[in-house]
Amino acid sequence: MSARVGVVTFPGSLDDRDAQRAIRLAGGTPVALWHGDADLGDVQAVVLPGGFSYGDYLRCGAIARFSPVMGAVIDAAAGGLPVLGICNGFQVLCESHLLPGALVRNAGLHFVCRDQELVVESSRTVWTSAYDEGARIVVPLKSGEGRYVADARTLDALKAEGRVVFRYAEGNPNGSLRDIAGIANEAGTVVGLMPHPEHAVEDLTGPGDEGLGVFVSVLSSLLAVA
Amino acid sequence: MTLDTVTLDTVTLAAGASAADSAQPYAELGLRADEYARIREILGRRPTATELAMYAVMWSEHCSYKSSKVHLRQFAATAPDTGVLLVGMGENAGVVDVGEGLAVTFKVESHNHPSYVEPYQGAATGVGGIVRDILTMGARPVAVMDSLRFGPADAPDTARVLPGVVAGVGGYGNCLGLPNIGGEVAFDPSYAGNPLVNALCVGVMPANRIQRSAATGVGNAVVLLGAKTGRDGIGGVSVLASATFDAAGQPAKRPSVQVGDPFTEKIVTECCLELFGRGLVVGIQDLGGAGLTCASTETAAAGRSGMRVALETVPLREASMEPLEVLTSESQERMLAVVTPAALPDVRAVSRRWGVLATKIGEVTDTGRLEITWHGELVVDVPPASLADDGPVYSRPTARPADLNALQADDPANLARPTTGAELRANLLRLVSSPNLCSRRWVTEQYDRYVQGNTVLAMPADAGVLRLSEETGLGIALATDGNGRYARLDPYAGAQLALAEAYRNVATTGARPIAATNCLNFGSPEDPDVMWQFAEATRGLAEGCRALGTPITGGNVSFYNSTGVTAINPTPVVGVLGVFDDVARRNPLDFGLVGEVILLLGETRPEFGGSEWAWALHGHLGGCPPAVDLDAERMLAEVLVAGSRDGMISAAHDLSDGGLAQALVESCLAGGIGARIVLPADLDPFVALFAESTARAIVSVPRSEELRFTEMCAARDYSCARIGVVVGDTLDVQDAFDIRLDELRAAFEGTLPRLFGGVVSSTPAGTPDSRASA
Repeated sequence: MSARVGVVTFPGSLDDRDAQRAIRLAGGTPVALWHGDADLGDVQAVVLPGGFSYGDYLRCGAIARFSPVMGAVIDAAAGGLPVLGICNGFQVLCESHLLPGALVRNAGLHFVCRDQELVVESSRTVWTSAYDEGARIVVPLKSGEGRYVADARTLDALKAEGRVVFRYAEGNPNGSLRDIAGIANEAGTVVGLMPHPEHAVEDLTGPGDEGLGVFVSVLSSLLAVA
Repeated sequence: MTLDTVTLDTVTLAAGASAADSAQPYAELGLRADEYARIREILGRRPTATELAMYAVMWSEHCSYKSSKVHLRQFAATAPDTGVLLVGMGENAGVVDVGEGLAVTFKVESHNHPSYVEPYQGAATGVGGIVRDILTMGARPVAVMDSLRFGPADAPDTARVLPGVVAGVGGYGNCLGLPNIGGEVAFDPSYAGNPLVNALCVGVMPANRIQRSAATGVGNAVVLLGAKTGRDGIGGVSVLASATFDAAGQPAKRPSVQVGDPFTEKIVTECCLELFGRGLVVGIQDLGGAGLTCASTETAAAGRSGMRVALETVPLREASMEPLEVLTSESQERMLAVVTPAALPDVRAVSRRWGVLATKIGEVTDTGRLEITWHGELVVDVPPASLADDGPVYSRPTARPADLNALQADDPANLARPTTGAELRANLLRLVSSPNLCSRRWVTEQYDRYVQGNTVLAMPADAGVLRLSEETGLGIALATDGNGRYARLDPYAGAQLALAEAYRNVATTGARPIAATNCLNFGSPEDPDVMWQFAEATRGLAEGCRALGTPITGGNVSFYNSTGVTAINPTPVVGVLGVFDDVARRNPLDFGLVGEVILLLGETRPEFGGSEWAWALHGHLGGCPPAVDLDAERMLAEVLVAGSRDGMISAAHDLSDGGLAQALVESCLAGGIGARIVLPADLDPFVALFAESTARAIVSVPRSEELRFTEMCAARDYSCARIGVVVGDTLDVQDAFDIRLDELRAAFEGTLPRLFGGVVSSTPAGTPDSRASA
C-alpha cells in the first residue's frame, strides 16, 4: 500500500488538485483534507498547496494560519510529520512560525510567472532526498508576493545549519534575500518553497518533470521509516 | 441618474390618477420618447421609478442588442449544421460536444468602457463576468484568454491604461485559479481614447449536466448566492456602457465601475459546481450587466412563469439603498438560483460549507408577472418578457463611409521598399521590435499559465491548448484574433480574416476547428458609416463560418467605442475552438531539432494593404487587405491536422502579421536555434519576407518525413516549398543578410519592458526558452 499524503484545501486554494496529481504520479495516495477539520486522519505527510487562501486578505497566509486544520498540522509537525508548503503554503508555514522569515511583495511589484531554474542546495530534507546536492532543476514560479525576507541573523543561521533548500539560479525573479527560494526547519521535515514542483511533473504540461523528485523524496522517506 | 427619491413610488401610486402623469426622467436614463411611450403602453400606466430604471437598463444597447439584433440573426440562421452544437446562441454561452461524454462552453465578452475609466477593476470584472457566464452553463471554468487593444504604445495614457488592465486581468484570473492560455495585445491610435478589453473563458462539463436559466416550477425558491449587494456599478449598463467618451476623455456621466473580489468568485464557483453536481439546482443565472433586474427578468421570461421577489430580503452592503439601486446594482460575484423547496436545506448547507451567503429572496409563480415588493409595498409589476426579450429592435441606416474609396485606392505599392540585404535586415529588426510584433512576455509573465495542471501550450503559441482527459489525451485548442486595420479597409473581409486567422492558429497546433465565438467592437450604431461596417462584418463572419464549418456559438457586441466623434477601427474579434483526440500530438511553434527541414505552405502574393510592414515602417494604412481564400484555409488545416496526427511535424507556426520573417524569428527564438533560409527564387525577397498573404504556415519536419509530407501536400494540390533548414545560432537568409539570435532576441524582448518598466531579471540571451516562457 502506498503512502497517504494529505493535501489541504483552504477556501481559495488553487493548486490543490495539482498537488494531488503530483503525489499520485510519484506513486503515493493523495488524501483531500479540509480547512475546517482539525483531524488529519491517518495521513503520513501533508502538503499545503498554492493559491490565495481566504483571498490572501490581511496578509498572505495570515488567516489560513488560524484555521482548524493548521492547529493539527502545527502539532503534528512538532511530532515530526513531514509538511511541504508550496507558494501560498510556504506563506502559511511562515505565518505559523513553522519556518522563519516572511514572504513579501515581489521587488518588481508584478506577479511573475516563468519557468525558473533552481539549485537544490540541500538533499538532507525528507522532501529533497531524491536529488543530488547542487542539482539544477527547472520548475514554474508564479507569485506576486514571493520575495523571501528575514533578518541577517536568521539568514546566517539558515546557511550555517544547511537549511536553505532551494536557491534561484540564472537571475533572481523577485528580489528574495540571498536568492532563497525554499527553506527547511531544523529537522528537515518541514519545507517551504515559492516555486511549484507540482507543475513540473510531466513533460506535456510543465517545463519538464524535474519537480517530481520532491514527491518521490517524501514517499521514499516514508517507506524507509515504515 | 437621480437616486434620491424622497417617497417610495409604488404601483398603486403610479396607477392613481393624481400622480399618474408627473414628468419622469426617461431621457436622462437613456430612453427615447417613443421607447418611454411603449413602456407606458405595456404597463397601461406610467412606470414606477423602479420600473423605469429597470426598463432603462434592460432596453439599453448593452442588454437589448437593439441595434445589432437584426444582423446577429444570420449567425444562427446560416450556421453550418455540423452536429456539434448542444446549445446554440441565446443562452449565456453556446455549448459544443467534444466527445467522450464531455461538453465545452466558451465565449468572449467586452469590458471596454469600464477599463478606460478604471483599468484595473474594469479588466478584472471583465474576467469575472465572462467566468460567471461559463459557470452558469454548468461548466467548470478551465482557462481564460484576453484580447487587448490600446492607443499608441508610447502615448502617455497607454502607460496608465495598459499596466492597470494587465494587472487586472492577471489579478482576477490568477486568484481564481484559471490559467491564461493566450490572447492578443495590439496598439493603434484609433484606440487611444477607447481601449478594447475582451476576455474569453472556456469551461468543461459532463455533456448531460448542462444547466439552464429558466425559472420553472411554481413555488420553487429564488435564491441569491454570493456577495452582498452594494452601490457599485449602478446604472453601468445604461449610462456607462452606452455612453461615448467626450473629447477630453471623460465619460459624459460618471457612475462607478464595479469592484471585483476574485476570492468570493472562487468560492461561489466551487459552491455552484457542488450544487450542480448534486442536482440541487433547477435554474441558474449569473448577475452581470443590469444585476438583479436582468437575472430575474431573464429567468422568469425563459421559464414562461412569473416571479415574486421581496426585495428587502436581499443582503445589502448599505442599509440605505433604495429599491431601484438594489435592482440595478452591478455588484460582482452573485448568482441567482432556482431550487425546489425540498432542496433548499441542502442548498443552504452546501453554501454554508463554502462560506457563501445564500438567501431566499422570492419564489416562482404562475402569474406571468414579475412582482417585486419593498417592505410589503408593490414597487414593480411587469411582464418579464417585455424587459428581457421584447425590447426595441432597430434596423438602423447604413452608409458606406465616404472616405473608403480613397483609402482603398491609396495602395502601399507606392511606398518605398527595401531592396538591398542591409535594408531588408534593418526592416526586419524594426518590425520585430515594433509594439505590435514584439514579445508579449512583459504582459504574459503576469498571468498564471500553469494552474490546474492541464496547460499543454500557452503564449506565445499559436493557440492555447488544454488537456481535458488525463486518460485519453482528449483536449482542446483556442485562439482569438482580430485586425482593426484590415476591417477598416474592408469590414467584410476583415471579419473573415479574423476568423481565418483564429481558425488557422487552431489548426497550426494540430487541432480540428469546430466552433467559433465573437466579440464585435464598433463605434456608434447611430452613425450610418459604423452601422455599414457592422452589417458588412457580420455578413462576412456569418458567411465565413458557414464556409469553414465552424458555427458561431455566442458572443457579444460592444458599440459606442469612439473618442468624440471618431469611431475606433471596426474590430471584430473572433475566437475559434478546436479539438484534439490526443493533445500529445500538438505542434509547438519552436524549432527544436538541428537539421530539420523548414517548409512553407501556401501561396505568397505581394499583399501589403493594412500590413504591419506598411504601418510600422511608413505609418501607412491603405489599399485592400490580403485576399481571403477560405477553401485554401480549409485545405491548409487538413494538411496541418493530418501531419500532426501522423507524427510528421515537429513544429508549426502560422503566418500572419509581419509575414514569413516574423514567423521565422518567433520559431527560432522560441526554440533557441537558428535557421538557414533560401527564399523561393520566383519571389521578390521583400515580398517573400513581409507580405501578409493568408492560408500560409511554416512547418519543420524531420528529413525522414519530408517526402511523405510533401507528397501529402501534392496529393491535395497544396503549395509546399522547401525554404531552409534548422541550424546554428543565426537567422541566415541566403544572399540577403544574417542576424545572430542574441541580437534578434534583444530587439524582440526589449520593447515592452522599455515602455512599461523593467523586469527584475531577464533570461540571459541564448538560453533556450521553453515553449511557454517567451
